[in-house]
Amino acid sequence: MTKQMQGGAAPSNAGAKNPVLEVKDLCVSYGKVEALTDASLTVGEGQIVTVIGPNGAGKTTMLSAIMGVLGSRGQVAFDGSVEGVPEVERMVARGMTLVPEKRELFGEMSVEDNLVLGAFQRYRMGKRDHAQTLEEVYALFPRLKERRDQHAGTMSGGERQMLAVGRALMAKPKLLMLDEPSLGLAPLIVREIFRIIGELRRRGVSILLVEQNARAALQVADYAYVLETGQIAMQGPAHELADDPRVIEAYLGLGGKHQAMLST
Amino acid sequence: MDMAIALILSQDGITNGAIYALLALALVLVFAVTRVIFIQQGEFVAYGALTLAMMQSGVLPATVWMLVVMGALVTVLDGGLALKAGQGRRAASVAGWNLGYPLALAAAVGGLAVNELPLAVQVLLTLAIVVPMGPMMYRLMYQPIASAPVLVLLIVSVALHIAMVGLGLLFFGAEGQRTPAFSEFSLELGPLMVSAQTLWVLMVSVLLIVALYQFFERTLYGKALRATAINRVGAQLMGISPTLAGKLTFFLAAFIGALSGVLIAPITTIYYDTGFLIGLKGFVAAIIGGLASYPLAAMGAIAVGLLESFASFWASAYKEVIVFTLIIPVLLWRSLCSHHVEEEE
Repeated sequence: MTKQMQGGAAPSNAGAKNPVLEVKDLCVSYGKVEALTDASLTVGEGQIVTVIGPNGAGKTTMLSAIMGVLGSRGQVAFDGSVEGVPEVERMVARGMTLVPEKRELFGEMSVEDNLVLGAFQRYRMGKRDHAQTLEEVYALFPRLKERRDQHAGTMSGGERQMLAVGRALMAKPKLLMLDEPSLGLAPLIVREIFRIIGELRRRGVSILLVEQNARAALQVADYAYVLETGQIAMQGPAHELADDPRVIEAYLGLGGKHQAMLST
Repeated sequence: MDMAIALILSQDGITNGAIYALLALALVLVFAVTRVIFIQQGEFVAYGALTLAMMQSGVLPATVWMLVVMGALVTVLDGGLALKAGQGRRAASVAGWNLGYPLALAAAVGGLAVNELPLAVQVLLTLAIVVPMGPMMYRLMYQPIASAPVLVLLIVSVALHIAMVGLGLLFFGAEGQRTPAFSEFSLELGPLMVSAQTLWVLMVSVLLIVALYQFFERTLYGKALRATAINRVGAQLMGISPTLAGKLTFFLAAFIGALSGVLIAPITTIYYDTGFLIGLKGFVAAIIGGLASYPLAAMGAIAVGLLESFASFWASAYKEVIVFTLIIPVLLWRSLCSHHVEEEE
């Protein structure tokens, strides 16, 4: 499984026209331990790109580094211009949002306040259209509208995930990065979340999706990377990787039937 | 003690309590958003009161030069960074706000006969001098170490407190000052004489608390500060930078401090070091609120004010001791039931 798929000429996400995000040789270390080594990836406009891999492979680290939450070395080019070291507020201002694994909601504030805060950076830059964006998000997640006055902390896991995604959409992102959106959710909710991810792509949002639920992720994505111990081990169009025996053995497995049922 | 004395003491207690409530709210706010324990809050009270007193005696308050110096340092740091990044317009705006504004203010205060201006203008000028020091102080002292442990931030606060007391002695001298009351009339309620200044204090405090409530509940910037207090990482991911939140918070805290000073200057004689005790009583109230709850802190502040005023009647030599001893049972009670708070996520 550790063998690299590519030989000399590395395959790349060539199908990506107008790359929104191009990451080159990104490295992150925690002290002396290198958590991410020379990771490169591309997300094209309107594409869903997924990064799968086992626990502790460095997936969350990679998203955090791209967003600027963590310091890193390497090159991140977003929406046509290169960032030396990304910085969070700047990345948000330029149209990148991250839905972190822990959701990081504002628990003691209402659902609506959480959502409106998602538009803070736009509001600050003088784009005060959050009332309209709010209606669009409510249309996508009617459940959030029902609970608009409820405290975010009192909602169920699935509702919180919807709120986290909704809040990120309030920023009208060019690139939405989702970290384990299905983690800890009931099967029906997982299916709902993946349906929404597909719907977002139809609306032209580019998505970088990190998932442990590899089958569901490969089904919805256009292109996929496999991350193992901090390195990109394999990559290719999602449907090809889904048929790759090594991926099947390591990530989809025989017991993966239930995942398939969840994702359709 | 008869009824009349009790009423007078209550009036005093509630008046002081209102000020402590304002300071306690500012302390809770600053701690929640930036994790800084704002020891130097009291110095902003003293600077506000004494800057106003100096203006009224026709002397150019030295605080305006402190503002110029702090602004110049901010200009060098932030302007330098902006220039390095090639953002000329940003550098110009930094210089305008942090250097141009203090110099213009110094020229205005120095050029006008400030002691002949109406009181309202003097109060506005005082606030214009003292309040911007808040965000500048955050920029210079806290922003570079914003993610340091609470203890380090506390030590910086203690250092700033000591520095500000020393500078206060230099600026204002060792003499105490008391400014004339805002208005002379007083209200007779049965046996109780309510002075106009008491009404001013209560009215401004209530108005300010209502305004702050509206700010935090209704405006996006207020919500952003609350969000930062609730979840720093989440707020940062929304593009609410800790720097912006910190500066805004220090602005509010400095405003509350300086305004409190202006309000109590006609009631108490203020010395360069009086602020510390006043701030500390606000701190006791904030602790009663667990440095987290605004309503509890406000109620605690009224309790502190009442306790102080009754203690000064019965055991005036021990009044500070009694007030500060209050913190011990509060801390005991807090630490015994604090695990309820920890359980949330």
